[in-house]
Amino acid sequence: MYEPKIIGFLCNWCSYRGADTAGMARLKYATNVKVVRVPCSGRISPELVLRTFREGADGVMVLGCHIGDCHYGTGNHRTAKRMPILKKLLEYNGIDPERLYINWVSAAEGEKFATVIDEFTDKIRAMTPFEEVMK
Amino acid sequence: MSEEVRIGVYICHCGSNIAGTVDVAEVARWAGELPNVVVGRDYKFMCSSLGQELIEKDIKEQNINRVVVASCSPHLHEPTFRNACSRAGVNPYLFEMANIREQVSWVTADKADATRKAKALVAAAVNRVAYQQPLNSLFVPINSNVLVVGAGVTGIQAALEIADSGNHVYLVEREPSIGGHMAQFDKTFPTLDCSACILTPKMFNVGNHKNVTMLTWSEVEKVDGYIGNFTVTIRKKARFVNEELCTGCGVCQEKCPKKVIDDVFEAGIGYRKAVYTPFPQAVPKYPVIDKENCTFFLKGTCKACQKFCPRDSIDFDQQDEIITVKVGNIILSTGWDLFDARQIPQYGYGSLPNVFTSLEFERMTNAAGPTSGKVYLRDGVTVPKSVAIIHCVGSRDRNYNNYCSAICCMQSLKFAHLVGEKTGAEVFECYIDMRTPAKAYDEFYQRIMKEGVHFIRGKVAEITDAARTPEEEGKTIVQVEDTLIGKQRRIPVDMVILSAGLEPRHDAKQVAIKFGISCSIDGWFIEKHPKLDPVATMTDGVFVAGACQGPKDIPASVAQGAAAAARVLSIIGQGEIEIEAATSVVNEETCVGCKECISTCPYTAIEFLEDTKKAHVIEALCKGCGTCVGACLSKSISLKHFTDEQLVAEMIGAMRTMTLFEAQGQEVA
Repeated sequence: MYEPKIIGFLCNWCSYRGADTAGMARLKYATNVKVVRVPCSGRISPELVLRTFREGADGVMVLGCHIGDCHYGTGNHRTAKRMPILKKLLEYNGIDPERLYINWVSAAEGEKFATVIDEFTDKIRAMTPFEEVMK
Repeated sequence: MSEEVRIGVYICHCGSNIAGTVDVAEVARWAGELPNVVVGRDYKFMCSSLGQELIEKDIKEQNINRVVVASCSPHLHEPTFRNACSRAGVNPYLFEMANIREQVSWVTADKADATRKAKALVAAAVNRVAYQQPLNSLFVPINSNVLVVGAGVTGIQAALEIADSGNHVYLVEREPSIGGHMAQFDKTFPTLDCSACILTPKMFNVGNHKNVTMLTWSEVEKVDGYIGNFTVTIRKKARFVNEELCTGCGVCQEKCPKKVIDDVFEAGIGYRKAVYTPFPQAVPKYPVIDKENCTFFLKGTCKACQKFCPRDSIDFDQQDEIITVKVGNIILSTGWDLFDARQIPQYGYGSLPNVFTSLEFERMTNAAGPTSGKVYLRDGVTVPKSVAIIHCVGSRDRNYNNYCSAICCMQSLKFAHLVGEKTGAEVFECYIDMRTPAKAYDEFYQRIMKEGVHFIRGKVAEITDAARTPEEEGKTIVQVEDTLIGKQRRIPVDMVILSAGLEPRHDAKQVAIKFGISCSIDGWFIEKHPKLDPVATMTDGVFVAGACQGPKDIPASVAQGAAAAARVLSIIGQGEIEIEAATSVVNEETCVGCKECISTCPYTAIEFLEDTKKAHVIEALCKGCGTCVGACLSKSISLKHFTDEQLVAEMIGAMRTMTLFEAQGQEVA
């Protein structure tokens, strides 16, 4: 067992506020995920995710607004299309695609936020540390 | 980064909110040793004027040129600290915030874990801020027109405030008349003044105001643009009545042979005609023809209304009209729907004849309603001798809605009074908790208690017509546990009124999407801040007021309508507004002109320059989502303030801190 290092890219309007909502409800969850705020999940280029793995992250989370809820209308449509392709690319390169997590969390879903953080942290913790895999 | 980077880091205690869980002094000490950091401090309340002065002083005395504050969510205080930086001469975009309250201290039980996470987030922010660039805001003029959606008492109040200030309002209402739910009521609590007497003058004023364009029987179809510059497409449904000619004489309604159950205004207990105004004082006075029920539209014959109209104003060929208006701000006051009591079958609504909903009872007691204000059983003739009023129907119940509907206790007390006044019947109130927290509300409760109403504290289990004793025969029986005496009781009554809760409009979610705002788990529109910004939303220029934001009584709704209007007027008063400075920019050196960005942009803010064959961002249209950045194949677009360099720096700051802790044998988390 080890403590995985995880970066979560959160959209500013839904998921980041969902994280704030979890805070306002004082829900306790694992501290492994460090959040980087982006305006929209559509801003998260594949390179940014790959760069995060290169830095040694054991897992990367991409959280955006639910489809239809995007502050920018259709930014998350791109995320929904882009990330599955990126998962395939990770697999092709020998990185377990399960290390990349995509989900939608609204500003109201504090409980869901805390749950997905805990579940993903547990899942990554059960995997071999990424740095050992890459050796 | 030509000049030397000198960062000031400030760790907020937030009283004990952060300091109770995070070792703030240790985080400040540690931050002080990070690269480029000149000062690391902790302070009790960074958002206080003294806290802000601390930053300003360091900027002036220690030549700090970048600032990191680790405190609450940037959604709360980013503007506060950006302003502090501005005042001291540091560009606001050279400020970065680490969220160590909502996302650390409040969500972490272990102090060491929380302190480590706070350090990682502070390191991320410090790393990021070194790469941040000063940005200058763009200013765009504000269109002084305002759109108000929903013309209940909230929307009317908002529209009047704005119109009286000399600005133009488009007031959109989907029903044939303005007035909303308040127009259905007879008396209002706690004063028992007549609802129509206080509402209709306002309806008249707004309907005749020179600065108000009233669009009833209309719905918003599409909203484009941004604060200051919205373009709104409205569908004005065909009334089949020429508004230029109609005088509202009402002959058409008299002559129309088709009676229809009115389940909107009369809550299903009264009738209207197929051509109708919902009520006599309707504003505007023009009727509408209900196409679904009109004999002419169904069978091709009749036209009685047309025949008798003295002004020849019936127009069966009228078409829906699409209207486009330009506004600078939008207020949503779309109100609420009544909880459908059929969802609780054990309460018998819909199956037991003498179980009524609150809205049905409101209409029944209304002097202008279907029974002319007489309280009758469902047979329409019998006056009840005993009435039970059930609180919290569909509210405070995890099977239906968790929340308290806020108005039902007072409404039920009002019903108790009205039943007593109109019928002299014995009244039983079955409540869980009595909630009467506003001005003069508890006094009203005391008054109703003195009127001899029986108060039974307990949640009703069942309402049935299955009699167990001869005296229960023919009655509606309320089975309830009286928790004050600790006994199960069966109360046979003639009439039961269900004080059904308030629910978000059935289409609130679609409306939210249309206007780019969010709904809570319960479905109410989410305000920007529950205490300090109750009528703004996360979308600039879109405000919410009244019960669409959560259950509210009339005084609170009116206050919010006025508050939203005040917010809008303050924006209009500024004349122009700062728009997103963090826009995308194309590097023309490397752009290959593939147009991929153009197809991804949700705002058509990217144009293709034919002469250079390069993409170009129109700054005033760009909202800064960065979707184009994620799509650009040649890495030629960057989003200011969220550049790859900045985001990678932030990520690295967090990653390297975690790696450092790992190397030191500590938990990385």
